[in-house]
Amino acid sequence: MQALYAQLLVGLINGSFYALLSLGLAVIFGMLNIINFAHGALYMMGAFVAYFLLNLGGINYWWALLLAPIIVGIFGMILERTMLQWLTGLDHLYGLLLTFGIALIVQGVFQNYFGSSGLPYAIPDQLKGGMNLGFMFLPVYRGWVVIFSLVVCIATWFLIEKTRLGAYLRAATENPTLVRAFGVNVPRMITLTYGLGVGLAALAGVLSAPINQVRPLMGADLIIVVFAVVVIGGMGSIMGSIITGFALGVIEGLTKYFYPEASNTVVFVLMVLVLLVKPTGLTGRAA
Amino acid sequence: MITKSIASFLLGTALAVTATGAAFAQDKTVKIGALSDQSGLYADLGGPGSTLAAQLAIEDSGLVAKGWKIDIISGDHQNKPDIGTAIARQWFDVDKVDLIVDVPNSGVALAVNNVIKEKNGVYINSGAATSDLTNAQCSPNTVHWTYDTYMLAHTTGQALVKAGGDTWFFLTADYAFGAALERDTTAVVTANGGKVVGGVKHPLNTPDFSSFLLQAQASKAKIIGLANAGGDTTNTIKQAAEFGIVKGGQKLAALLLFLTDVKAIGLETAQGLNFTETFYWDMNDQTRAFSKRFAEKMKNNAPPTMVQAGVYAGVRHYFKALEALGGNPHDGAKVVEKMKSMPTEDDLFGKGEIQPNGRTIHNAYLFEVKKPSESKGPWDFYKLVGTVPGDQAFTPLSESKCALLKK
Repeated sequence: MQALYAQLLVGLINGSFYALLSLGLAVIFGMLNIINFAHGALYMMGAFVAYFLLNLGGINYWWALLLAPIIVGIFGMILERTMLQWLTGLDHLYGLLLTFGIALIVQGVFQNYFGSSGLPYAIPDQLKGGMNLGFMFLPVYRGWVVIFSLVVCIATWFLIEKTRLGAYLRAATENPTLVRAFGVNVPRMITLTYGLGVGLAALAGVLSAPINQVRPLMGADLIIVVFAVVVIGGMGSIMGSIITGFALGVIEGLTKYFYPEASNTVVFVLMVLVLLVKPTGLTGRAA
Repeated sequence: MITKSIASFLLGTALAVTATGAAFAQDKTVKIGALSDQSGLYADLGGPGSTLAAQLAIEDSGLVAKGWKIDIISGDHQNKPDIGTAIARQWFDVDKVDLIVDVPNSGVALAVNNVIKEKNGVYINSGAATSDLTNAQCSPNTVHWTYDTYMLAHTTGQALVKAGGDTWFFLTADYAFGAALERDTTAVVTANGGKVVGGVKHPLNTPDFSSFLLQAQASKAKIIGLANAGGDTTNTIKQAAEFGIVKGGQKLAALLLFLTDVKAIGLETAQGLNFTETFYWDMNDQTRAFSKRFAEKMKNNAPPTMVQAGVYAGVRHYFKALEALGGNPHDGAKVVEKMKSMPTEDDLFGKGEIQPNGRTIHNAYLFEVKKPSESKGPWDFYKLVGTVPGDQAFTPLSESKCALLKK
């Protein structure tokens, strides 16, 4: 039974990453209607920016948490301005192909310069060590990841669902022309939204840098699972993606305990089951 | 008139036949295929570096100056056996490749082994670990250089059991390599009076090991044996440190660790790990000289890993055999037989031999990862703690189940 508690907690930790990443995807899909396959590459860039900040600029983890999402977010906004904006109104497939291509290029460039084994990034001193919870030894850093990502997820949800800015955003997705008539600069808002979604990916990248290796393919390995999370949660649903992210982390954790061989397929099995029963995802509205 | 024409025709054909016959005996063209994981988790330990190693071997053989024409091509098997065999088939059928080198990933290596035997090519494997390549699945066309799971088990594994690590828990990569390494290490543990108390099989390329590490922690085994490689091993070691596993008194056995892995983990976390390799760039003047040349041509100036060094040494020995044969007979089994009949000697692995089952025998070295304070340069990572002579490190012929030995 103790082991089970431990696995639940570990699942929650992985769920934090799924939630942060799928949240970014949901924001981008909900507001821009773009299936952002570059998300994994942008997550990886977040981790690399943190690494560069530390090793080239001597800037520590805490600043990286703030700076990396901004830097990668700006990169994302440039992408949106120069490329993605031309896809408005076209079939989803175009956005998917374009962002997938961008992901391959970005990963290829990083791999060319940094190889595939990855680079080490140490846990910040303040978060080193761990505490004994009785049923398991919880590294402080992992606990921090869960709490911090929960806060970020809820803040994002609040921003989009409960504030005036969020209301503009949602209105702009429904009817951009009408919102424009009220004097709102819709294209700029969309660019900023993409930047926000990308920033969330980069933030997840910084969070994961001390746990995993900082390596060019770290995003490619994760993004497929995250897409399954988004599909299960319902494309574009903010709360749906947060809850599904954490829940699937836990389910995956339990699979690792009961039948480890299936741990990297269980998410996809669930996806198939959900799609068979409810094609719009658990919380999705009919398109 | 007609008789004269017929006579000259016959003469002409006869001459042509002798001409082709002579060309066959002195054919001095060779084509090498470097088949590896070029972009995934094993790309840094083999990959483009292995192709470079083969190129250096061509340079150093001096055969080009003697009129040989040697080509090299490379391919990416993406860690998938079906892709690996498809490339190998195309190389033999279309590109007329004579020799395939490197091939990390035991799953792919075993699949390619069958193709090469069928096509009668030459296979010098340096990247794969499974000891089956020269044991149950040995082939007259295969030479296995550098290392294998039996060697890893009988060096690192044995040393740890003898030092008191008598209970083991395995974290095993769920494919041919992990299974072979776990099997060979389990045999050593039990033979030395130890016990395996449990284990868990994880999928290849797992980013998060915390669930598995918790199970290893709960098992209370003294040694946690890592029967995995590359990115999987580095992630396990890093996360084990995070979960306080080593501080809690359990010891990690990195059964297979490469230079590039240590670089990726960082000395801070990796220090004190014990493991085995058969080559390290900083062993003597010859290895340092070669590694310097190699690193200058590598993109990130990395010195060679033992896998890349094995590719170099294997290709050099292959050329020696071809030279002794006076040309390339394009008959894989014949070339490998010649390779086995000649003792091996090169700057990187020293003196050795190739056994009848295809296993290359050379020294193995027990290393310990240095403390950050002991490291003097960007790749100064290892301290030599012991040398195991080849005949004690690798499978004795009396234990080998290779069918080639029953002749």
